[in-house]
Amino acid sequence: MTTVTTTPTERAYEPVIGLEIHVQLRTQTKMFCGCALSFGDEPNTHTCPVCLGHPGTLPVPNAEAIHFALMIGLALECELAPRSIFHRKNYFYPDLPKGYQISQFDVPLSRSGRLGDVRVHRVHLEEDAAKLVHAGASGRIHGAEASVVDFNRGGTPLVEIVTEPDLSSPEQAGEWLRLLRATLKRLGVSDVNMDEGSLRCDANVSIRPAGTATLGTKTELKNMNSFRFLERGIAAEVTRQEQILRGGGEVEQETLHFDPQTGALSSLRSKEESHDYRYFPEPDLVPLAPTQAMLDRARAALPELPAARAERLERELGLPTDTARLLAFRSELGDFYESALGADGATDPATLASWVTVELVARLGDVDPVESPVSPEALAELVRLVSARSVSGSAAKEVLDAMAAGGGRPEAIVAERGLGLAGAGELEAIVDRAIEANPDAVEKVRAGTGKAMGAIVGAIMRETKGRADGGEVQRMVRERLGLG
Amino acid sequence: MIDREQVLHVARLARLDLTKAEVERMASELSGVLDHIERIAELDLDDVEPTSHVVTIENVLRADDSRPSLARERALAGAPDATDSGFRVPSPAAAAAADGS
Amino acid sequence: MSELLDLSTAQAAQSVRAGDLSPAELLSAYREQAEADELGAFLWLPEEPLGVMGTAADAPLAGVPLAVKDIFCVEGVPTTAASRILEGYRPPYTATAVERLAAAGAPMLGKTNMDEFAMGSSNENSAYEPVRNPWSPDRVPGGSSGGSAAAVAGGLAPWSIGTDTGGSIRQPASLCGLVGLKPTYGAVSRYGMIAFASSLDQCGPITRDVTDAALLLRHLVAGGRDPCDSTSVDFPQEIELPSSEDLGGLRVGVVPELSDAATIDAGVKTVFDATLERIEELGGGVEQISLPHSEHGLSAYYVLAPAEASANLSRYDGVRFGLRSGDGDLLSLYERTRADGFGDEVKRRIMLGTYALSSGYYEAYYGRAQRVRTKIAEDFRAAFERVDLVVTPTSPSVAFRLGERTADPMAMYMSDYCTVPMSLAGLPAISIPAGLSEGLPVGFQITGPAFSENRLLAAAHALEQAIGFDSSPARGKAGAPAR
Repeated sequence: MTTVTTTPTERAYEPVIGLEIHVQLRTQTKMFCGCALSFGDEPNTHTCPVCLGHPGTLPVPNAEAIHFALMIGLALECELAPRSIFHRKNYFYPDLPKGYQISQFDVPLSRSGRLGDVRVHRVHLEEDAAKLVHAGASGRIHGAEASVVDFNRGGTPLVEIVTEPDLSSPEQAGEWLRLLRATLKRLGVSDVNMDEGSLRCDANVSIRPAGTATLGTKTELKNMNSFRFLERGIAAEVTRQEQILRGGGEVEQETLHFDPQTGALSSLRSKEESHDYRYFPEPDLVPLAPTQAMLDRARAALPELPAARAERLERELGLPTDTARLLAFRSELGDFYESALGADGATDPATLASWVTVELVARLGDVDPVESPVSPEALAELVRLVSARSVSGSAAKEVLDAMAAGGGRPEAIVAERGLGLAGAGELEAIVDRAIEANPDAVEKVRAGTGKAMGAIVGAIMRETKGRADGGEVQRMVRERLGLG
Repeated sequence: MIDREQVLHVARLARLDLTKAEVERMASELSGVLDHIERIAELDLDDVEPTSHVVTIENVLRADDSRPSLARERALAGAPDATDSGFRVPSPAAAAAADGS
Repeated sequence: MSELLDLSTAQAAQSVRAGDLSPAELLSAYREQAEADELGAFLWLPEEPLGVMGTAADAPLAGVPLAVKDIFCVEGVPTTAASRILEGYRPPYTATAVERLAAAGAPMLGKTNMDEFAMGSSNENSAYEPVRNPWSPDRVPGGSSGGSAAAVAGGLAPWSIGTDTGGSIRQPASLCGLVGLKPTYGAVSRYGMIAFASSLDQCGPITRDVTDAALLLRHLVAGGRDPCDSTSVDFPQEIELPSSEDLGGLRVGVVPELSDAATIDAGVKTVFDATLERIEELGGGVEQISLPHSEHGLSAYYVLAPAEASANLSRYDGVRFGLRSGDGDLLSLYERTRADGFGDEVKRRIMLGTYALSSGYYEAYYGRAQRVRTKIAEDFRAAFERVDLVVTPTSPSVAFRLGERTADPMAMYMSDYCTVPMSLAGLPAISIPAGLSEGLPVGFQITGPAFSENRLLAAAHALEQAIGFDSSPARGKAGAPAR
């Protein structure tokens, strides 16, 4: 018997991951002034003295942003603070017009929540910074000489969601972020578009010997603006930390910038003073103490959330877990599905679900089905035609192609293109002709060589151009040959 | 008391480039003021709530209705260095970018 | 002409309404005085006199022009807060207070000088020039609203508005022999008023008499809470024009911690004591009360106000408006712009405030100062269960000589000793001239509970009538009784 000694080089580590998510709210106007929100408009066309930080201006909070933030707090099962206050977070940066960001500090709007199997540490409200456009160079932070500040984004209402370090793999982090994204989207409080920055995610990553409860030194990863980058960034950082520890080194607490082009992580460590944000209560704002009416309104606005929907679709309709989650996480698909299901109570839920999540998605990609020419009623009708054996599965896919391209009712398309299953009389004649034309095969079938049946059925299918059900055809051939 | 090192640290936080003479003077002047201020250290304030706002109102909010923004020329009018479309600044060093949230 | 300039604003407005005087006449008379300003009271006058609205005679304030502290933003008009860092700045919007008074018929006469960003008690911290006291040109007018006070006392303006954070309306009013009112925090909108310390700043009138102060305040609060200022509130009553001639039944509290402090000059104390006698003559009852934490007001104030200021002044960074210096990199843009743009006192307070908020010091300074603030407010609440009003000297001294206190910040800060506690508690307080000491005006401060401005104005009016102070330096020096 050999003894295994674990050396640092062989020891297994497990990642400990927490996420920090910034969500731009989809209000009409900014957090503290009446400028309209915008994305992609001409720079500096959505500004006013308040969001430019002019002397003498004062912030007034947007009621709808607070409503949305309360909805998020409730959806994440947080404890809502009976009274929260805003703080000033002080630092100098050209994208921060006042030299401080109005945020929340020790008394956030809500805390101690949960989504799925991840605990939510806190949820708070703040204002977004403006955008720095690095002039001249290629958008990299290094190298460019001058930058231009665009204050259109400055002051956009932002909700920050901080999780507990409950995630233990890059994939799990990605999966959880998808659930969060689906939940926020379902709430209708944000565009949650990672490309456009309305959903942004930072990760706190540390590793520890597998099975232990200690926490290692964590690093903060910034700028992972897609699910793929998030997973890749975390994976790269976990590997980097493992290599440091295996080499006998120590992980340094620092902020790292993920470069999506190269997949490399670079340190953003400041050579200057360590950060000292000098938080203090924002004297220009009064406390926020959600009234019963505000809470009731936020509660009433909560739709069924993805996690609950997936569970319901699985439990009540017997859908497979993956299908149920797909329908729930892409709530537009779920809505389309449930609407189609309601249009025709006779349809089998699982069959319909598969038509939505496989066939329809294959034809629409990421397009919202509501915006496609396929209506839920039409898809339900198509699935019913298949179930009633009025059209074959392969013909139905052709019908769906036509619907996805130009709309229309399935029955009409079937009729127009002659895709309906051949009628009994027509089929009988075809069967008879096929038996006559294939005497050898008939002989073999009679003799008990089952695979010879294929030649006869193939001939029939060729003649019907797929408008016949293979099983049914086989049954008829056997009947005709008296093999019933 | 506040010493020279602390003055330099605070001046950096506040983004004030002080001359040598200013640093010396600041250290002595601020120490004088702090001596006076530090008398509040003698008070027993353990069970006292801090006051941030003397007004007792809550939930002063604004309806989510948009108001006209400034025309861009006006927004940029007072800028010491503007392009046609924005406010020009020296590019931040990578180090300082970590300040952002 | 000089008779016209002797009119109080209320009297001038009455003459306008009676058709004896035209708003244009009034404006040009003051304009002429303001143009000949030798006090350094004005930082800006319009190139052409501002046109008086046709309806001015019908408007409540009848076209009587107003001197506006240069801390108020006025669209398109240079607004500097007396700082180099805002040289050339022309705001794209107008402060609510200025807008409301203009709408009520008081057009802006010009922008008045001040201590830079309202930080100071002598007006020597103006980046442009110091202001001289009309009662004695080698003395300071007080600060920070020194230009507003000097303009009114010197007959360059009929009335003015200033701002008060720890005494910046009351102390210059006191030093210039005028009435200065700091309203209850939240009563007047702060929108468009360049922030010094947001939780303390309030706009208020500096006028020749109590009636004028009431008239301006009435129109500052008449529009109700300003939707642009989250901390502004509806004033619970209309501001009445005071007519009270006596103080019958009024209980007045005297605070030994403030009025007997060593820092109060003997001459000031003499006038204060004489005024207490007057109160009793007018039927008021004077009793001693205690505000045990008021002596710590100055300490709390010099933590809280600089801390808020340190953040409020971060926006002056050379990016969007104002001065820009530096040699090309971002750090030097910030550090040089702010080093070149801010004066010594502003730098001192930014440093003090930044230090008090910095990691490791927050609780010892800011946290404790907030708790002292709570105790001071509680002291006042307890006092107002026993008395209707609390009175103190406004300033520990009469107007001091230019340069006398510039070398010693703490000596300068002591000017706010009696005015700061009310600011911390957010209470209304008025200073009225109560007599002369060494031939210079001495102010008397009256404070009441939040939103008791009508009570305050009534009492101030009764006292004013009894004292009969002549607010004109020229005549005042010659004739006013020294008591």
